[in-house]
Amino acid sequence: SDKTLKLWNPHKGTALRTYQGHGYEVLDAAGSFDNSQICSGGADKAVALWDVSTGQVVRKYRGHAGKVNCVQFNEEATVIMSGSIDSTVRCWDCRSRRPDPIQVLDEAKDGISSVKLSAHEILTGSVDGRVRRYDLRTGQLCSDYIGSPITSVCFSKDGQCVLAASLDSTLRLLDKDTGELLGEYTGHRSTTYRLDCVLNEQDTHVGCASEDGHVYFWNLVEGSLALSLPVGQGVVQSLAFHPRLPCLLVATQGQVTLWREDTFQPE
Amino acid sequence: AVQSSDSEEEDFVSYGSALQPLQEGERIKKPVPLQEQTVKDAKGRYQRFHGAFTGGFSAGYFNTVGTKEGWTPSAFVSSRQKRADRTILGPEDFMDEEDLSEFGIAPKDITTTDDFASKAKDRIKEKARQIAGVVAPIPGTTAFDDLIGPSKITVGVELLRKMGWKEGQGIGPRVKRKPCRQKPDPTVKIHGCALPPGLSEGSEDEEDEYQPENVTFAPKDVMPVDLTPKDNVHGLGYKGLDPSQALFGITGGEHLNLFTGGSEETSNLLGDLRHSKGRKLGITGQAFGIGALEEEDDDIYAADTLSRYDTVLKDEEPGDGLFGWTAPKQYQSKKSPEREFKYIGKILDGFSLASKSSAPTKIYPPPSLPRNYRPVHYFRPVIIAGNENCRLQKALEESTGKLESDPAQQSRHALNAAQRREQLGETELKGPTPSILEYLSEKDRERVKEMKQASEKQMKAEIVSQQSPKNRFQTASPEDAAHKWQMLLGGQLANAGSSDFKPFAKNPEKQKRYENFVKSLKKGEKDTLERFLDPNMTEWERGREQEEFFRAAMFYRSSNSTLSSRFTRARYEDDVDKVEVPRDQEKDIDDKETAVKMKMFGNLTRDKFEWHPDKLLCKRFNVRDPYPDSSAVGLPKVKRDKYSVFNFLTVPEPTTSVTQAINEKILESNSLNKPKKPSRWDVSDKEKEKKDSISEFISLARSKADVHQQPPVPATEECGTGTSEPLPTLVANEDKNQEEESGRPPMDLFKAIFVSSSDEKSSSSEEESDEHQQPTTSERESETIKQVDVPDSSSCNVQESVTATTDSGISLLPTSKQELDITEEFGPKLPPPFSSGRFCKHLDRKEKDRKIRERHKTKKERKRKKEKKKKHKKQKNKGKHKNKKTEKDSSSDTTDSSDSLSDMDTTCLSPKELLRR
Repeated sequence: SDKTLKLWNPHKGTALRTYQGHGYEVLDAAGSFDNSQICSGGADKAVALWDVSTGQVVRKYRGHAGKVNCVQFNEEATVIMSGSIDSTVRCWDCRSRRPDPIQVLDEAKDGISSVKLSAHEILTGSVDGRVRRYDLRTGQLCSDYIGSPITSVCFSKDGQCVLAASLDSTLRLLDKDTGELLGEYTGHRSTTYRLDCVLNEQDTHVGCASEDGHVYFWNLVEGSLALSLPVGQGVVQSLAFHPRLPCLLVATQGQVTLWREDTFQPE
Repeated sequence: AVQSSDSEEEDFVSYGSALQPLQEGERIKKPVPLQEQTVKDAKGRYQRFHGAFTGGFSAGYFNTVGTKEGWTPSAFVSSRQKRADRTILGPEDFMDEEDLSEFGIAPKDITTTDDFASKAKDRIKEKARQIAGVVAPIPGTTAFDDLIGPSKITVGVELLRKMGWKEGQGIGPRVKRKPCRQKPDPTVKIHGCALPPGLSEGSEDEEDEYQPENVTFAPKDVMPVDLTPKDNVHGLGYKGLDPSQALFGITGGEHLNLFTGGSEETSNLLGDLRHSKGRKLGITGQAFGIGALEEEDDDIYAADTLSRYDTVLKDEEPGDGLFGWTAPKQYQSKKSPEREFKYIGKILDGFSLASKSSAPTKIYPPPSLPRNYRPVHYFRPVIIAGNENCRLQKALEESTGKLESDPAQQSRHALNAAQRREQLGETELKGPTPSILEYLSEKDRERVKEMKQASEKQMKAEIVSQQSPKNRFQTASPEDAAHKWQMLLGGQLANAGSSDFKPFAKNPEKQKRYENFVKSLKKGEKDTLERFLDPNMTEWERGREQEEFFRAAMFYRSSNSTLSSRFTRARYEDDVDKVEVPRDQEKDIDDKETAVKMKMFGNLTRDKFEWHPDKLLCKRFNVRDPYPDSSAVGLPKVKRDKYSVFNFLTVPEPTTSVTQAINEKILESNSLNKPKKPSRWDVSDKEKEKKDSISEFISLARSKADVHQQPPVPATEECGTGTSEPLPTLVANEDKNQEEESGRPPMDLFKAIFVSSSDEKSSSSEEESDEHQQPTTSERESETIKQVDVPDSSSCNVQESVTATTDSGISLLPTSKQELDITEEFGPKLPPPFSSGRFCKHLDRKEKDRKIRERHKTKKERKRKKEKKKKHKKQKNKGKHKNKKTEKDSSSDTTDSSDSLSDMDTTCLSPKELLRR
């Protein structure tokens, strides 16, 4: 942890820029829809908004009482949502110079491990074992009890399902509207670390990082293990799937690796 | 120079003409200077590169017209043989051939001449010119009209056309034409050939024409020719004094106008020539007497004076400069407007002149303004009438001197956000404002106060000693001081939250005064202290206290800002009886756990709350505010009594769904097993780890409950609802005593335990009566079931409720706080950090089998997926039924499941434990 963010071109493997300004290690980062800004959160309890081209900190939002675990932009990059170990999700305004958050979602009883946003929903996973979905349009909060501390949540591409990874080494696919369990995926090991889970670009497979150095993929419908990808020796720390193409980015042991087909042609 | 030899001549191809061989002694020619390099055209004339009329700038000496000397006027030549023929020079004479060519300024191409282009236009123009030539004061001015003629039909002609005039007609009222003959004048000699009969001006047609009686014709278009011969030696247009007019015709008051007969223009033109001779020689006067009915004349004797004549050679000036012969008509011709009207009336058929002039449009006067009206609007600060506010108003007026210069208006830009917010009546933003003093205990607070007061006294003493003795007792103009302090504090105090800061707690009266003072200071009053100070005090004491108050206020504020940012506010204030509790309570966590265990996600594991997003958040997400009326943010809160049981219980909500009813039954079956569970793990846990605060609590509660439970519980079981009312208070009192003894604050906890048990028993007895229990989703019911089914294990009940209360997550209880503290460290650990520099490894490893599968997956797959989802649901339902059955049937299974459930319980309490296992 050198307290920096690095921007890479994953297809060419070139480092584009380094963003320095965090006081402690950076725990999460997200890019805006137009790739002009990056938000990041770290152990310095601050959320930073970066300008991609200049590499400067545009703004820093302070207010969290603990490490910031996860950050997300909303669709138009007007709001940054940051989830922290202080069990709150804070909504920071990028448009005004307001120092305090627009709203603090403090319903969680324990640290927030994952935040995801859709057009009108905020999905949070918390260590208190609940997946909370705040629906701005209907003004409702749906809290689904999973039991085990949630490490990562994500929406499916069609927006109908919610995938939640928890510390009992299980991924669960829940129906967004009813909260019913649609699928359960096991086989990997996730008991200690905050590991990511992903859905692939067509919602056909479910992937998750594991502590045994593999990335596991399951068939979403059948729930059968489709692939276990040996990535490294240690814990696979982070995982990201390309939104449209079959590309997978994996971070493990200080390396970022890109996985794709042989015949893959970058755009 | 090239010397050419004979032999070489054939070999070379030579271009151009060879230069003349130089003669002996001849000098080399100088090159021709620039001004002598001329170009001549085919006729030997000098060619110019720019035409004089096409903007050529060299139309001077070098490239002038014709000759080298430039343009010269043609000389006058006359001889006996050759008379000087007067040649009229047209523009063409001054133009070059180039100008006359196709692209020159006057191309001599075949174009349609005016004669052929539009005859009508030309004729009109001609006519106009003719008329102008006659009328114009200077004859011959029409020559200019040729040059500067209007290119289009004039407005007058257009107007005439619109009125029905046609070209060739005269102007004026239509007349009946007499059958006049136009005979060719026999005296006129006709030269040349005779005109063709058709062209003879239509005279023959006229002769033969039948003319009905009632047909009128337009007047003939004749040139108005003034044929009156000038037979006098007067100036043009001058008419002598008409004796008949001068002597008799003119009544008094009207000027003599010598030029009345003439045309308007000429008279004006020559008006300057008027002379003031010609006295009035009338025989008028009193001599002949007047009749009884006649009015007396103005002038009686020798009425004619020079004053009646103009002494200045001018018309009467209207005063606006619009006079003279260039003036508009209306100033010049003031005579007889009626005649003109009549003329108009004659022209426009069907119209007649109005006898009455139209009524003038009514003009409404503008509204009369009050005397003190001011056209600029300004806002007065809204001051609610009241005792204090009267003073405030007065103070405002006094301070500003006059009413209109309100501070609200004056210093609108000088206000800070807080003041503006206050004026607008908005609520305070939530921010890090609370002071550290709120977190201090009473003792510490007092200590701080003492310290501060001591230091203040010191400071005060220093200040006083520094002051010169003469104004020591003057309390130098308290008004000024107050103002100064107010300036200092005014805005900041507005920020400060409710003051728990009591600097003068020892002296309650003083503290009260201080509070009043701060309050009024916040409001912005000026003469605050004078009112609040003790009237019994001396002036010096008052001054001192004032200073003290100000300093206290200052201190309070500064400590606020510096320290508050480091602390977060507690959710509930300790000393308030009411507690804000989320309105919608979560369901029982045990149910959820069992549901999760059985993989029955859905209704059981789901809690739905009403949640109010911030308005700005909605705006940023482009979503309509779901609750536009409410200003609340987050989960709606309800104020409840702090020590109320109902904070920790959920009200059963009657639901109608069938599936839920099924779920309930399952739940019921689950809860059957529960009572056995806690007794087991609780004991073991108690032994195992003392640190677990909850188990500790539970054990404590048990021991106490055992003491208290013997008398009340059986009673309530029997008497039901009726006796349950007084009981809680009893228990509460006892608990309070206990709490005081033990120095712990779980009073509410116990209250919750006992009250809930009694309440529930009453309700459960009711519910028991009807076999089919209402499908509910609350924990309460589950508890009641437990209690009903296992009446002997009351301690278990206690534990159950204890867990319920603690799990409901209210941080009132210190235990839960501790739990929070612990769990903050419990979260999943972050992936191990790697400080080494990151490098991107470019691995194109194939995930071939995966990819291939993905390729094969098409839309069919998706359909299948959906179907499967449905199947899942069905299976689940089936599974539920099965579970129910199995659990009901096998009691041995239940014990196992209870074991596992107990495990679940512990895990939910602390993930670390889970990890340890």
